[in-house]
Amino acid sequence: MSNEKPDKKIKVKVGTKSRTIKADYLARVEGEGAMLIKTKDGKVEDVTLKIFEPPRFFEAFLRGRELFEAPDITARICGICPIAYQMSAVHAMENALGTEVPEYLHQLRRLLYCGEWIESHTLHVYMLHAPDFLGYPDAIQMSKDYEEAVKRGLRIKKAGNAIVRSIGGREVHPINVKVGGFYQMPSKEELLKLVEPLQRARDDAQETVRWVNQFQFPDLQKEYDCVSLSSDHEYPMARGWITSTSGLKIKAEEYDNYFEEIQVPHSTALHSKLKDKGSYLAGPIARYNLNRDKLSKIVQETIQSIGFEQTCTNPFRSIIVRSLEILYACDEALRIIGEYDAEKKPASVPIEKRPSTGFAATEAPRGILYHRYRLNDKGIIEDAKITPPTSQNQKMIEEDLFQFVSKNISMPDEELKWKCEQAIRNYDPCISCSTHFLKLTRQDG
Amino acid sequence: MNKLAIVQEPRPKLAVWKFASCDGCQLSLLDCEDELLSVAEIVQIANFPEASKMDDPGPYDISLVEGSITTEHDQERIQEVREKSKVLITIGACATAGGIQALRNFANVEEFKQIVYAKPEYISTLATSTPISKHVKVDFELQGCPINKYQLLEVIKSFTMGKKPAISSGSVCTECKRKGNICVTVAHGVPCLGPVTHAGCGALCPSYQRGCYGCYGPKETANPLPLIRWWEKEFKTEAISIKGLLQNFNCATPAFKEASKNYEQ
Repeated sequence: MSNEKPDKKIKVKVGTKSRTIKADYLARVEGEGAMLIKTKDGKVEDVTLKIFEPPRFFEAFLRGRELFEAPDITARICGICPIAYQMSAVHAMENALGTEVPEYLHQLRRLLYCGEWIESHTLHVYMLHAPDFLGYPDAIQMSKDYEEAVKRGLRIKKAGNAIVRSIGGREVHPINVKVGGFYQMPSKEELLKLVEPLQRARDDAQETVRWVNQFQFPDLQKEYDCVSLSSDHEYPMARGWITSTSGLKIKAEEYDNYFEEIQVPHSTALHSKLKDKGSYLAGPIARYNLNRDKLSKIVQETIQSIGFEQTCTNPFRSIIVRSLEILYACDEALRIIGEYDAEKKPASVPIEKRPSTGFAATEAPRGILYHRYRLNDKGIIEDAKITPPTSQNQKMIEEDLFQFVSKNISMPDEELKWKCEQAIRNYDPCISCSTHFLKLTRQDG
Repeated sequence: MNKLAIVQEPRPKLAVWKFASCDGCQLSLLDCEDELLSVAEIVQIANFPEASKMDDPGPYDISLVEGSITTEHDQERIQEVREKSKVLITIGACATAGGIQALRNFANVEEFKQIVYAKPEYISTLATSTPISKHVKVDFELQGCPINKYQLLEVIKSFTMGKKPAISSGSVCTECKRKGNICVTVAHGVPCLGPVTHAGCGALCPSYQRGCYGCYGPKETANPLPLIRWWEKEFKTEAISIKGLLQNFNCATPAFKEASKNYEQ
């Protein structure tokens, strides 16, 4: 167990040959984490992203619960992306029970997911990440010089939250998602109220892409093995194969055959990796690199207008990809609302309990989120496994830091520390999703 | 908000702290899209790691505390937070009741560790998840999983003005009646904790054709047992469903804990 206190003080030790850069409490990430970088003789010796988020044991107390409870309980893993947890949970349960959900319910779920992508991505772009690029401690300070930009961010975020509230009942831990569908269908009239704010948000999102595209990006180039869902029909959210740059194409049922969680010496967290291959990247860059041709016309045009690369290889540029996904989610939400004609249709389909195991992966804003449940004949959960996206990106974050510090070893400590924090925030790490994070003894060099 | 609040100079210092939680309640503050910049006009956000690198050492006029106490380290940290805070307000079910992670209080935490972690010996955690009030004096508790962001604004505004927050102490059931909903229990036999659950959500679940699952925790003087006996008698509600309702986000509150214990006897 680490003895140091997460007191958020910056400790920088500078010796003649070795130095240690620590951020004891990472700011502007969701949850509690810390970073430790050790260098010696101008070379990086060790990089550790520490997670000291207290474990809450979701996978343990899910045992013995009714399958209906999984969406409400797993939502509480993360207040920032509860929809992702609800979506992975209901899809895994439906997979277990062989439940076929009609297309209009899939579309409504997609609309709900769009709402979460919009609010979560906008929170990150404007309030957590942009201040790094512009040199402010937070968005409120930033708003003194960039008031219009911050107000634009708040408007987009509000439009995303309005979708979640309209379909789900409330922004955090919505209550309308159910195994088999929803508890209640929204009326067309209710959804039409979202159109005007979403049209404005779509314009604002285009402006966001242009805004973040002008930022100065630290240089870091990586050949990532990207992992995301991919589908022939749509930009991935809740359906599709699990695919990778290196040629993987599997169903969620096969996830455990290809991915494993390992414990790394001197590390503080379980790291997810592709068996035999190693670390991989999940999240907006991975989705974009593997599925950019599925983005809608307005997004394609915006990509062209800013001359954005076909394959993103600089993690600092994730803020542009995230902004493109905000634009896409606004556009996609407007499409779904325009086509919606299901208010009189059944809100859910019946399910039949049976002993079974179900698997699902969906695209949380931060990347792929895997759930697996084993159920008995009464619909009681016997076993649960949840692999959140931040757990999957842990290893890649450390590798990015290692490479970045190696390249910028002469940078002054304070600046290097800030840039490293910024590099961690490239991943929008959501440490509260701490179903799987370990806390280990810190080994001081 | 800025119309009602008197701007004091210097502005009162606000700090936001996180313990074991999902971050959803502190996110509610950032979800106040229309009010966020005006909140920043009436209080100085002095410490809010999720949103800012600002690191004001305190003391603070108001501390908002999210999350429950589950580690030895956090046991000490909450004492430090209390010492540095004139007013300490807990936000959400974790901080006021221990949260869903308090299910460990009724189980063996060593077994929990083994289920989740390959190397359980590295996990240092307390056997219980406890509310903040178990450790330090709390000046105000805002219930809910998650909290209602408008209630949070009311609480912040009230404490900066030195008045008592206007938060209803009624039940979800009364909110539901005021909305004119058809009762899901009476009409459809759906078990609903509305009559014993603290108001604040706006009777959300019954408005969506499902029963209340008690995420705002028990209302004052709640007595769930007779309600449960009535569900059993009238609607043949199964034991597992009843336990599920009592043993979730507010499982460690005295009212739900007692009801659960007495029900099982």
